[in-house]
Parts: sequence; C-alpha cells; structure tokens
Amino acid sequence: MLRFILGRLAILIPTFIGVALIAFSFIRLLPGDPVMLMSGERVMSEERHAQIMHDLGYDKPIAVQFVDYLGKIAHGDLGRSVVTKKPVLDDFKALFPATLELSICAIIVAVLLGIPAGVIAAVKRGSWLDQTLMGAALVGYSMPIFWWGLLLIIFFSGFLGWTPVSGRISLMYFFPAKTGFMLIDSLLSGQKGAFSSAVSHLILPTVVLATIPLAVIARQTRSAMLEVLGEDYVRTARSKGLSPFRVVGFHALRNALIPVVTTIGLQVGVLLAGAILTETIFSWPGIGKWMVDAVFKRDYPVVQGGLLLIAGIIMIVNLIVDITYGFINPRIRR
Amino acid sequence: MAEATNNAVKPQSALGEFWYYFTRSKGAVIGLAVFVIVVLMAIFAPLIAPHLPNEQDRTLLLLPPSWMQGGNASYLLGTDPVGRDIFSRLVYGARFSLFIGVVVVSLSVVLGVVIGLVAGFAGGKTDIVIMRVMDIILAFPSLLLALVLVAILGPSLMNAMMAIALVNLPHFVRLTRASVMTEKTKDYVVGSRVAGARWPRLMFITILPNCLAPLIVQATLAFSAAILEAAALGFLGMGAQPPTPEWGTMLAEAREFISRAWWVVTFPGLAILITVLAINLMGDGLRDALDPKLKRS
Amino acid sequence: MKKLALLLAASALASAFATSAWSKTLVYCSEASPEGFDPAMYTSGTTFDAASRTVYNRLVEFKHGSTETEPGLAESYTISEDGTVYTFKLRKGVKFQKTDFFTPTRDLNADDVIFSFERQLKADNPWAKYVEGGSYEYAEGMGFPKLIKSIEKVDDLTVKFTLNKPEAPFIADLAMDFASILSKEYADKLAADKNMVQLNQKPLGTGPFTFVGYQQDAVIRFQANADYWGNKQKISDLVFAITPDASVRAQKLKAGECHITVYPNAADVEGLKGDANLTVASQEGLNIAYLAYNTTQAPFDKPEVRKALNQAINKQAIVDAVFQGAAKVAKNPIPPTMWSYNDKVEDDKYDPAAAKAALEKAGVKDLSMKIWAMPVSRPYMLNARRAAELMQADFAKVGVKVEIVTYEWAEYLKQSKAKDRDGAVMLGWTGDNGDPDNFLDTLLGCDAVGGNNRAQWCDKDFDTLVKKAKVTSDKAERTKLYEEAQVVFKKQAPWATIDHSLVFVPMSKKVSGFKVDPLGYHRFDDVDVAE
Repeated sequence: MLRFILGRLAILIPTFIGVALIAFSFIRLLPGDPVMLMSGERVMSEERHAQIMHDLGYDKPIAVQFVDYLGKIAHGDLGRSVVTKKPVLDDFKALFPATLELSICAIIVAVLLGIPAGVIAAVKRGSWLDQTLMGAALVGYSMPIFWWGLLLIIFFSGFLGWTPVSGRISLMYFFPAKTGFMLIDSLLSGQKGAFSSAVSHLILPTVVLATIPLAVIARQTRSAMLEVLGEDYVRTARSKGLSPFRVVGFHALRNALIPVVTTIGLQVGVLLAGAILTETIFSWPGIGKWMVDAVFKRDYPVVQGGLLLIAGIIMIVNLIVDITYGFINPRIRR
Repeated sequence: MAEATNNAVKPQSALGEFWYYFTRSKGAVIGLAVFVIVVLMAIFAPLIAPHLPNEQDRTLLLLPPSWMQGGNASYLLGTDPVGRDIFSRLVYGARFSLFIGVVVVSLSVVLGVVIGLVAGFAGGKTDIVIMRVMDIILAFPSLLLALVLVAILGPSLMNAMMAIALVNLPHFVRLTRASVMTEKTKDYVVGSRVAGARWPRLMFITILPNCLAPLIVQATLAFSAAILEAAALGFLGMGAQPPTPEWGTMLAEAREFISRAWWVVTFPGLAILITVLAINLMGDGLRDALDPKLKRS
Repeated sequence: MKKLALLLAASALASAFATSAWSKTLVYCSEASPEGFDPAMYTSGTTFDAASRTVYNRLVEFKHGSTETEPGLAESYTISEDGTVYTFKLRKGVKFQKTDFFTPTRDLNADDVIFSFERQLKADNPWAKYVEGGSYEYAEGMGFPKLIKSIEKVDDLTVKFTLNKPEAPFIADLAMDFASILSKEYADKLAADKNMVQLNQKPLGTGPFTFVGYQQDAVIRFQANADYWGNKQKISDLVFAITPDASVRAQKLKAGECHITVYPNAADVEGLKGDANLTVASQEGLNIAYLAYNTTQAPFDKPEVRKALNQAINKQAIVDAVFQGAAKVAKNPIPPTMWSYNDKVEDDKYDPAAAKAALEKAGVKDLSMKIWAMPVSRPYMLNARRAAELMQADFAKVGVKVEIVTYEWAEYLKQSKAKDRDGAVMLGWTGDNGDPDNFLDTLLGCDAVGGNNRAQWCDKDFDTLVKKAKVTSDKAERTKLYEEAQVVFKKQAPWATIDHSLVFVPMSKKVSGFKVDPLGYHRFDDVDVAE
C-alpha cells in the first residue's frame, strides 16, 4: 500500500511542476500588460511604465521569472495581486471558504439525493419510477446551469420572493468570520435568525451547483447497482430468502458504492468549474468569481496563483480518491 | 449476463444489429428525432426563420411571444431588446451550436486518437511524457482552463472552440491509449505484426477499428459537452461575440432583461437544454447498442 | 456541554443588545470591491467611494453635488501674489475616529497633513512603498512630486505648501482623493508594530463615517462618526453590499435588500423608474467621448475638412443606438456640469449635404480613412464598435470610405498615442477633479501631443488660453479664458465630440438627501433614510 501511495506521489510532483509552468506561461501569453490597463485612459510616461514593470519584476527574462516563481512557491509565496496589492494567498484564504461551503453543501445534496435515486431506479428497473428518475437525471446532466440559475432567481426570488437574490447572509447580521463558513459562523455568533438567513441564502446556489453532480451520481449509482445485482452472490442471497432490503442495503450497495466513490471524487473538478458560473450568477464571493475577474483584469499573479491552487486542490483530491479506491479495491494496487 | 436474455431475435448484419439495439431504447429514438429536427433547422434556417437573425425592427422592442397579450404573430417567440425576432435567431443559432459540436469533436477526436495511438504504441518515455501532459490538462477545471485560453487567444467563437477541443483532448487520448494497450497483446495484432505489417498499418487499420465503439460513445458525450461549454463561455463574454446568434451569447446579452422580459432569457436556454438533452439521449442509446459490455439497461 | 449552552445563551443576549443599536442603516449596493483602503494608492472610483469619501477628509472638499470646492479640514487658505505659496489654516479640535483597532490621543494637526503628502512625494519616505508593489499613481499622474517644492509646518494648525510654479487647479487637486488626510499617530503606531500594511486595510481618518469591518468581496461596514467636526450624520450605520452584477443589484433594490445602488443596466432604467417605491436620479457624468482626428496628417490637418466630417456624423443616432438615450450629445470638450461650460457654443449641425459640399470645396475626393474603435465598454462609450459602424454609414453618405480597426485595449491605448498614427481614434475621458484644466489642457494642450492629446493638435491660440488659465488664481478670469478656449476648439474641430453619458442612481423613496455627484462619487454624508 505504501508503495502504491509513494508511486502516486511521484507522479504528482512532475505534474504539479507542469501545472505551475502552464499557469505561469499562459499568463505571459495574455495580450496587454496589467500596468497599462491600470492607468487606462490616463497616459503614463514610458519611464514610469518601465519603472513599475521593473518594480514588479516583469522586465526580467521569462526563464528567470519562472525560476524565481518556483522558488517563491516553495516558500508559500504566490505573489501579490497587481490590482489590490494583497498577497494572492491571503485573498485565496479569504474567499475559498465561501466556495468550499457552497461545494460541500452541493455535494451533500447530490449524494443524499443521488444515491437513493440511483438505488431505487436500479431496484425498480424498467418501471415508470426508474424512467422518471433517470429522465430527470439526464435532464440535469444536460442542464446549462447558468441558465438554470437565472430561471431559479426569476421564479423563487423575483416572482415568489422566497429566497434572497444574492449574497451569503442578510446584511442585518454582522459578526466576525471565525471559520469563514457562514453556516458555522452564524451559529457561533448566536444571533437570532442568523443561521436561517445563511441557509436561505445558500439554497439556490446549492441547487444550481448540485444539479450536474446529482445527475452523474444518480446515473452512476444505478448502473453500478445493476451490475452488482446481477452478480451471483446477490442472486444467492436473494434465493436464500433474505429480505430485499437487506440484499440491497447490505450486500449490493456496499459493493456498488466503490465506483460511486470515485465518481464523487471526480466531481471536484466539475464543482469548481460549476462554481465559476454559479458564483457569477449569484454574486457569491468565492474563488470562481475571483478567477473570472482576474482574467478580465489581466491580474497576472492572481490568475497564475489561482490556477495553481485550484489545480493543486483537484490533484490532491484525486490522489485521495485514488488511495481510498486502493483501500476499498485491492485489485488495482499493482 | 444481461444481453443473453435480451437477444431473443438476432439480426444479421452489424449495422442491423446496431439499429436493432438502438431503436430498442425509446429515449434514443426520441433523441435522434429531436436531433434531426435541430439539424434540419440549421440547414434550412433561411427557409424556416421568418426574419433575418440580425434584422432589427426598432419599433417592436421586447415584444412578448405571440400567444401572449401584445404579441405579434410574425414574432413567434417575441423580440429581443433591439427588436430582433428571437425565434429566427434561435433557428440560426442552431447552426452555431452544431458547428461548435462538430468542430470540437472532430478536432479532439482526430488529435486525441493520433496522440493516444502514439502513446499506446510507442510506450516508454514518449508514453510517459504524453500522459503527464494529459494529467496536467486534466488537473484544471475544464471551464477555467478554456476561459484562460480564450483570454489569451482573444474572445471569439473560433478560439472558444479551439480551447474546448484542447480541454476535451485528454479523454480521447486516454481512451485510445487504453484500448491500444489491451488490443496490442491480442492474437490478431501479434499475428499481423509477425506477418510484417508496418506500424501505421497496425495502428490505423488493424487496431483502431477495434477501439471505435468507446470512442464513438465518448464523442457523443463530447459533442453535447462542447455545446454546453461554448454556451458557458459565451455567457461569460468569452465565446461568440454579439451580434452572433449563438445561444449562450444570446443569454448573456439578455441577462439584463431577466426581470422585465422572461422570454428573452428563457428560450435560448431552453434551446440549449433540448439540444443537449437530445444528444445525450442518443449517446445513451449508442452506448447501449455499440458496446454490449457497457450495456446498462 | 451545559457550559457551552450557557455561553451560547449569554452571547445571544449580548448580541441582542448589540443589534438594538441597529436603528438607522443605509444599505448601498456597490458595483465592485474596493482595491484597498488607502485612497492615495488607487485610481478607481469604487475605492474612493469606500475609503476616502467615507472615512477621510481633505484640506478642501467638493461641495455636495458640485464640482466647486469648499473649506474642509483647512478652514481658510491664502495664496501668495505669485501663486506659488499656499498657506492653510487648519480647523481646530478635529478629532480622529475612535475604533476598536486604534484610539487616537490627539486632534488633527499640521504633522498629519505633512505625513499624508510627503509619503507620496519622497521616494525615501518610510511610507513610500509600505505596500509591496504599490505606488502612489495619482499623485504621480497629477505631477505632484514635480510640482510641490516643500511642505512646512508653520505652527500646529498652519501648513505652508510651496510650489515650483503657479498652478491654479492646485486647490481642486487638494480636494481629490489621493489628498486625503491620514492620522500620523495611527501610522506611527503601525510602524512601531511592524504592521504598516494595516494602513491599507483598516482606514482611520476624520471623516463622517468610521470604518468597522470589511468582508472581502462581500460587505463593508461603517458607523456614523460621533465626533465628526461637520454635520451630525442622520444615519447610524452605512453598509456597502458589494454586488458586481447589475441585474442582481436591480433585483436587490426592488426586493428592498438595499436602499440605493449604482450603474444600472440601461435596459433596467425604465423598469426601475416605473416602480412605485423607487426613484431614479440622473445627471450627465463628468466625461466625454470623442473621435480625435490626427490633425498632423492630410487632409485632416485642415479644420474645414474636420468640420465637414463632424457635420456628417449623426450623433443623436449614436446616442440612441448605443445608450438607448442614456447619454447626451456633446458639443464642447467639457461636460455641462463643469464650471465654465460654454453653452453659447453652437454645435456642428448634422447635415450630410452641407458636409459633402464642404468636402468638395476643400478639394477632398475619394477619401478613405480608418476609425479606431475601442475593444472595451467604457462609461462614456458603452459600445464603440456599434458607434463606429454608425459613423461608417454616416461617412459613406458623404462619400468617405471608412475602415474600422481595433486592438486589444492596452495596445489600443499605446498605439493611439503615436504621432504618426493612421486614422481617427475613438476615446474618452472621465474627469478627476472637476477643474476644466483637467480636460482642456490635459487632453488638448500642446505638451500632451504624443500622449493624452490623441488629436496631436497643437493650436497656439488655444494653448495660450488654457496655459494662462492654469496660472491665474482668479476664478472669474479663468472662467472667461476657458469659455474662449471652447470657442477656439469648436472652430478648429480637432475632435468630433460625441457624447456625455448620463449617470443613473436608482434608490428607494425612503432615501432623502442623496445628490448625484458630478464627479462620479457616491457620497453618503448627510443622507437620510426613513424607517
């Protein structure tokens, strides 16, 4: 097992350097320079421009800049935003909890609804229930979520007025961000109504972000269950007269869950991509929106630092999934 | 297993067999029908659309759909903020969505298959390098990577398609490589190698046809994903540029009217959903028909 | 476990008391996050709204809703005969804000003023680069390091600025955000704590509102400053709810989640106006969009050719198509809200036939030219491409062929400066300090050729007028000079003036006392909100 983990890690490191190289070189290829964009219509003298580019280190040869950059990454320094002048890592730390909170809620919803739906569909295979559930799952899988989010806002916030339009909590509540997770912070604050306000703000974004993972998990669970239900030991268990509930619940589900766990792990990338759209629609102060803004503002350090951090997270989660999978399913260990 | 019980009647030809299985799924047939309609819409857009996509009638801004009060029969789904017929724009928009799908899928399939074949055959360092590069691409969320790529290349439909094709590439490379790896050791390949077949022949004529089934399934998925991603990029202002009647771009333009004119927002999204759904339904059907091992229902 | 429950109950009680101070809160849905809280380091209006117009004061202030100045922290000032020495008398007993991160022990004095400026002027000041990568762009852009010779403390409440040359807009400059007065005591404390960056994170000044907290990209909170030297504020709390999306802002305003918001979509304005609970205030912004010919190249070196082309452009059509009416056709290079705006100037009337005749008379035949269209949307020109297409059609009617070109934005800004640039450039300007000099000399003066003067236009008469106005202290005199300059401008027509965009501020009817600021600020001092 240890060798398996070490092997995975050995692959991870060159990949990470490759990711750093890509993040770094992409941003150099972006047309236009941030200093020029900052000054806008206001003409900046050539000397002043050169001076600032020099101060920011953008006048050095690219290779030197890259080596410098790697060295800084090793020390946990991702540079500073050209726009806000704040360390990229600080901005990331301040904004990531919002994305994480939303993503966790979304994945919980997706798992809690997706697995039962998949199991039911598999057990009742071919029935109208199966067809309805799988039809709905396919619709969810095909959903342009940015449009879906807009529709939900029009209906629930605009028409019915049930949910707030955007933000993380009503402005009435003000308390220090202890954890950065609004649900936890609102509970810790002890202010009346704060928690329910946080929840109501979270509902629509969660639904939107959960849509695709939910569909994927439901579909995956169903096919995994079908495969397991067809296998001999389940048939044997059934023929022995065990109750269907026991068969499905204890024997089949446990085995069917193996590929499903992988699927859930792989949803991290999907969630982060979805976060870009969801956060844009709901003005959710997370890293997805942060990245989109940085791309538009040509904020070099933020784009490269953000790409690196996000890719790093995905890689680590994938590694964990791999290892978990290795534990559950010893066959893949080589 | 499952297929043994299903094969009550066994048709003769491979195509016939495929069609038999494909039509067994109601969803796949519906999907195919809708898809054919969309294709026909795209081809005969000038005949179907009552107006030109960019024709503006400044006197009829934000007209509601024809069945609503204040609607106009000539503008079936109403007009947008500059007085263009939404229905006509959607019909012409079908061209863009299909075009995006076709270009992205062809680009990523062709490149992906070639790279995957090379990786699978060459093995060794070439293989390692290629697979690491694919890992790197996969380490980024696809939409974010496409977004940054388009920012580099400049926002346009062409660049958006190239970015999406690149993001899709690793799936095809991995799939092809995996198939090659399994097929490589099989008797028929070893046999033709012994018979003196050269690499290119081995790669393209002997092995490739045997990996086609999963590739086709993956290509269908990529087709619908490409439409969704291009629309998302358009929505973020990084895809097709206005006034192109691309559905995602239409949505982005319409977004400011969300509270005033629901139809401007609703229909382009619905068009995306229906098209993508149809393709995915077909994809499920294809998978079931093509790959008995993957058969799930 | 029991302990925890008790603790929770106790804190619930405590916070119940805390929220009872929630008496009068104004919620403002702002358009973006501030870049930081040290106004001298940034150039965006968003940062100024959040930092300088709330927390800080300046020696002189802009009158509410006007481009004119009034005394601020300096209750009076004198200017020497030659216009180079400005002596400011500071207001007595001005208190700095008390916050939970710093408690000031003394009132405002000359040291604070000197500190606030010197950090921006001298490269060897310990505060010159206290934020890595930060620089004082605005002071630099306004030429302060070269302009100011020295700043001296005469006594605790008197400060003397000595300039290298007379500069009439200097007073207006001092009302700008980068000239905000910070507390030296607070800065010293931060320096001693080796925590200098906090100056850019937790601002502390003398202004009407005290900074309470900032949740990144979400909310900024302020409280009314109880010790404020000016009017007592009518609201107790001010909240900026950062809402970057315009349609979401409109939604939130309608839903009552905020009282006031900015920059609505042009398309939403009608709907907001129709809402019984809302009003939409509007005014011309302090901006101009123009098409600058290259006046050094034939045939655009002839004023009659430029004039003829100006006559060919249907500006009203551009305003209608690009702004859906949310802009006004411009005739002068300065906006109408600015003092010295010359309303007597007659615009070149849209008349294709006359334009065609004038071109023929000038001997121009088969002219083809380039029009540069900006790749980005700016407040003064939402869609340059569309405007350029309209001009292309207009020019075609008088027999001038137009090719529209565009570049990536930074490249566009750079290349359009070139003296030998081919074609007319569409661009614009948003004013800084409400002084006409900031438009007329900055954009059209001879020394701006090859820089901000995109028309590459150097006219002796015009330049003499604006240069003279720059060194004249008397405002009436200056007004006259600027009015005359506008007449010369119109006769020479280095630009086609296109539009001044309108600024809309939708707000709840509960809000009173809010004035649309011609300088583009959003100020909440003296604003009230009904329960």
